[in-house]
Amino acid sequence: MTPTLIGRLQTRALVTLVIGVPWTILLAAPLSGLTVGRGLIVVITMGVVGLGWEAVYHWIMGFRWEKDWPSLLGLLTGVNEAIFLGLLLQLGLVAGVSPGPSLGTFIVHFFTTWLLIWGWLQGPMKVLDPRWRFRGGRVL
Amino acid sequence: MVVRGDLSPELLTRPWWTDSDLADEGIPVIDSPVVSVGGGMGAFALVSYLRMSGMPSSYIRVIGPEPIPYSTYRYLCNNSQIFDDTTIRSDSSSVMDNVWGWPGYAVREAFGDRPKGFFAPLWSVLTEPFVEDYWTPRAGQVFRSIDREMPRIGWHRMYVPGLVRTVRRRIGGGYFVINTPPAGTSATRRVAYRCGYVHIGVGYPGLRFLPDLQQYRQQYGDHQRVVNAYEPHEHVYTELMRRPGVVVVRGSGIVGSRILERLIVDRDTRGARTVIWHLFRNYVGGPQGPSRFRRPGAEGFAYQGFNFSRAAWGGTIKEQLAAMDPSARPAFIRQIGGTNTPWRKEWQDQLRRGRTEGFYRSFVGQVTSVVPGPDGTVITNITSTDGTALQIPANFIIDATGLEATVDEHRVLRELIEHSGARTNPHGRMDINDHFELVGTRSEPGRMYASGSITLGGPYAPVDSFLGLQYAALQICDDLASAGAVRRFGRRTSVKSWWAWARNKPVPDGVGL
Repeated sequence: MTPTLIGRLQTRALVTLVIGVPWTILLAAPLSGLTVGRGLIVVITMGVVGLGWEAVYHWIMGFRWEKDWPSLLGLLTGVNEAIFLGLLLQLGLVAGVSPGPSLGTFIVHFFTTWLLIWGWLQGPMKVLDPRWRFRGGRVL
Repeated sequence: MVVRGDLSPELLTRPWWTDSDLADEGIPVIDSPVVSVGGGMGAFALVSYLRMSGMPSSYIRVIGPEPIPYSTYRYLCNNSQIFDDTTIRSDSSSVMDNVWGWPGYAVREAFGDRPKGFFAPLWSVLTEPFVEDYWTPRAGQVFRSIDREMPRIGWHRMYVPGLVRTVRRRIGGGYFVINTPPAGTSATRRVAYRCGYVHIGVGYPGLRFLPDLQQYRQQYGDHQRVVNAYEPHEHVYTELMRRPGVVVVRGSGIVGSRILERLIVDRDTRGARTVIWHLFRNYVGGPQGPSRFRRPGAEGFAYQGFNFSRAAWGGTIKEQLAAMDPSARPAFIRQIGGTNTPWRKEWQDQLRRGRTEGFYRSFVGQVTSVVPGPDGTVITNITSTDGTALQIPANFIIDATGLEATVDEHRVLRELIEHSGARTNPHGRMDINDHFELVGTRSEPGRMYASGSITLGGPYAPVDSFLGLQYAALQICDDLASAGAVRRFGRRTSVKSWWAWARNKPVPDGVGL
């Protein structure tokens, strides 16, 4: 990917809504400890905090000559985001989800969502919006 | 002798033509809403989008000398030592037969012929460029995938053999594209295509030698010892395998890297004992530029994955260039592009070995002259950076600088500038707007577009690349859609088209617009 800042933000908001939210609703039934309401708060928080992360990634990307964000970074940044969000939940800083979910529930919820989003951005997104990759990730 | 149906010299001086002008000359006229000139990869990208947007193949004519869109590309690849099993400098998601770039070449290789197994391409594309180099497809994979796509989009129904002689604006709207069909295939010397929309995709206007090498070839008539990497020069390698020799390589871009690779592989595997003297005009000693705009470099080479920094295709660099004043673009394009080559482990190993074993040496300086030497050698006289004069005798000189001719050296382009209102941009190539329309050539309601290397210097830098050609094609299609000439390639069409592509289902024909 070769995102622009506005493209990053728009894409993050979009995937939170079209991947994160439906997936959380689907996952709530089989995953013990995850309810739809609490799960949605977590995934929306993941998206909102993610907007801040995108700004950080964009700043880091500026040091790369290619000004690109290779797939591997897109995948691995799930780790730092998971740790940060997990801490917020554990410290009771996310309103409506206190106490936070168990570690196992959180890991399954976070990383299945993350992988789905990552996979979506590797391909299906380009089919749904054929201009997306030429516009730095902008969808509007 | 009077040739039937030819253009008179008088008509060729006129910028606008009427239908009766051509009737008077006896030139038959064929109507076609869209005509693409060149018949190469640029045309292939454009008609892929047009066909999937619902345009019937009968609305489109693609005129070119070769029936296969990659013929010229393959020819230039082969000469510059890229064979079907060699990887090209293009990323996995720049897929010529698939405008979405998904699935990319790496995934398709894993599920296809797997020359390196199932996991290797997937691992490579996942971990690029940190663990592995950027994953790049083999040329043969690109060609085979185009072979598969050609019948699907109905390429041969649109293809017309011939060499376009000229393009003129038509009084009453649109254009005439004048084709010269192959001898014996037409009752007249020329055939005219009356069209609303023209696309010019003629590839490189021509190839060019470094001036000092050009002068040597002209003065001494020696086309054997001084060769261009883009022209056939297999005799160089054949002779070097027969007896030891010295080769001077000029150029430190991707073509230079390919030539060096071939020379070293011949040493390693075919018994050649070639000594390579690599001549640099601009020696890159290390990374260059400020911290947020620093390109890696070492030992003469500037390194980056592709021709331009990657964001030039669709990220921050692309937006920066598009927003820039046209006069500032050439300098910026040189900064993000210029002479550069990818950092590849294999090439690094080869050159390191060459330096250690003494068969690869680099020189930095300005060439003052190239003259014949004793025993059939060629001597390059250079002034090195410290001012000392050096003589480098060699058996061969390979010009791998990849210089291109100027647009006015191509007759169709020159006449577009002279007669059809086209002009050059500050970089000296054809001036286009954001939709790749040739500025100044409008013939309402018709429009003329261009893509490829001839449009470098405009709002988009990587015009001479697979993805760049696809971007140009999409921009052109969007403009045609705004003119009502074709349905917009929107999300719904995109998803439906991808699903048809995945099943290799032919693009429907004759559905109208």
